[in-house]
Amino acid sequence: MSLTIEIVKQKLKSKFAEQVSAFTEPYGMLTFEAPKEINLKVLNFLFDDEELNFRFLTDLQAVHYPDQKGRELVVVYHLHNLKDNLRIRFKVFTDINTPDVYTATGLFSAANWMERETYDFYGVNFVGHPNLKRILNVEEMDYFPMRKEFPLEDQTRIDKDDEMFGRG
Amino acid sequence: MSRPVSYNVNIKPLETDISMADMPEGLKGEGFFATSMDKVVGLARKNSIWPLPFATSCCGIEFMATMGSHYDLARFGSERVGFSPRQCDLLMVMGTIAKKMGPVVKQVYLQMAEPRWVIAVGACACSGGIFDTYSVLQGIDQVVPVDVYVPGCPPRPEAILDGFMRIQDLVGKESLRRRNGEKYRQLLESYGIQ
Repeated sequence: MSLTIEIVKQKLKSKFAEQVSAFTEPYGMLTFEAPKEINLKVLNFLFDDEELNFRFLTDLQAVHYPDQKGRELVVVYHLHNLKDNLRIRFKVFTDINTPDVYTATGLFSAANWMERETYDFYGVNFVGHPNLKRILNVEEMDYFPMRKEFPLEDQTRIDKDDEMFGRG
Repeated sequence: MSRPVSYNVNIKPLETDISMADMPEGLKGEGFFATSMDKVVGLARKNSIWPLPFATSCCGIEFMATMGSHYDLARFGSERVGFSPRQCDLLMVMGTIAKKMGPVVKQVYLQMAEPRWVIAVGACACSGGIFDTYSVLQGIDQVVPVDVYVPGCPPRPEAILDGFMRIQDLVGKESLRRRNGEKYRQLLESYGIQ
């Protein structure tokens, strides 16, 4: 195996300097973050560089951290180098009030449905996505259900028949 | 020369006449029998219900057992499971119905010809069950009218059979004019049908 975590880290640092940060290796998997404005630049660099070759987008999703003001939502890219069998994780944070992140559909076709799902559940607005609409939930839904802003059981719901559950 | 083994030499009488439907009430004499039309129609209908299984999860597996030889739904005149709503009389909804699936259930119901009945099998179809969540319909009676609810998670085949026999009761006793009545029209209207 030629490519190592150290090489990836060095290459990213020499290319993006201070902009890439928070390098950690939980369970031996390189994880780092970058400002959301340069997410495509980083992904393109990881894709195109002859040595890095991260050309497979394994997964893409979001996480909601309600306590981190100004950077509540994080979009996580899981990338895989198939030649050297190395996986890395790349995060971009965004304010929940302006959840605009550039779409990765131009680079990875697989990002299309994954970004739709991320929009569906977390409301991340992927700028430039060709068809950004709900994919799993009903289209009339006017909230993003996986955000941590709902109590465990919403007492104001009207689609729940209380009589059936002994709460009437 | 006799054969070494012979089969069925002892005639075994039926314990009860299980294949016969009870005769409706009426006037009986030698060579004639008189009863009312709706009783005859009800008798015919209730013993030839064609079910349309709408199985989305584990309750559907229990229904497969119900259809199998051990529990044998065919005893009730329903061995002909149809998969075309146009031909079927009884919509059997078995399993969790997600909100996104709700319009599909309604569409299938609309495609069935009158008279039609609906049975909700299992806790999910009756009330949403354990899935008290944003994506699951809290009971199919929010989109289609339901005649019989079978509780259980999942219900045993005996429970499904019991629900089916209650449907048979309803079918047998239904008046011929019910589907033309004002009350029935109002019921359908409350679901936004016609």
